[in-house]
Amino acid sequence: MSLIQYHFNVEKDDFDRAGEASSNIKKILRQLGIDAAIIRKVAISTYEAEINVVIHSLGGVISLEIDTSSIKITAKDRGPGIANIELAMQAGYSTASDKVREMGFGAGMGLPNMEKCADKFEVESVVGIGTTITMHMYI
Amino acid sequence: MIKNICEKINATVIAGADEMEKEISGVYICDLLSWVMSHANKGDAWITVMSHANVVAVASLLDLGCVIVPEDIKMDEDAIKKANEEGIPLLSTSMNSYEIAIALNNMGLGL
Repeated sequence: MSLIQYHFNVEKDDFDRAGEASSNIKKILRQLGIDAAIIRKVAISTYEAEINVVIHSLGGVISLEIDTSSIKITAKDRGPGIANIELAMQAGYSTASDKVREMGFGAGMGLPNMEKCADKFEVESVVGIGTTITMHMYI
Repeated sequence: MIKNICEKINATVIAGADEMEKEISGVYICDLLSWVMSHANKGDAWITVMSHANVVAVASLLDLGCVIVPEDIKMDEDAIKKANEEGIPLLSTSMNSYEIAIALNNMGLGL
């Protein structure tokens, strides 16, 4: 059972507020005195997940759950879902628009970065329903 | 210290003016945010041509020391506002990224 739970709404195309959920999660972990190296991994992977929700989804929720052994980050969106997860996981592959790329996003590194930072990483996606990314970092 | 960097690269402080005593431990140059996210280190001076508020989000999440914008690029107003809120110094200079890198290297940074 999680001892601590927080949920943050993330809106589609809201680049002005992109990063707020990650920033809040980082502040919470810092207040809890979590090790700096673990906070860095959580910050990187949460930010990538949050940006993906802003860029690619119809909106969603980022959740933080902490228990005695791990930090769990979940990014759950409302669609459109990923047709080919294997392809999406390939470094350099991206479906981001030119506008998004001009902002320095859409390099096709988001999912690989998340996988690298997480001790346990899962992507579940159903086209037409949505995508859920679950990451655990052990503490 | 950031104030020494400002002198060296003739920079204008456009945000985070309270943080000028902060020490900088390295330098990182890149404009792809995901790349920066996975490679820049705490305390780095980050040189980027990106001018929107997500630059500040990345700098804050990674505890970077400051952001340096080359070639007099104008930062977005919301980026400046956010940098002041988060305490991230934003420095603007007319030098290009390479010239900034040389100047910082001459100060002994990034080695």
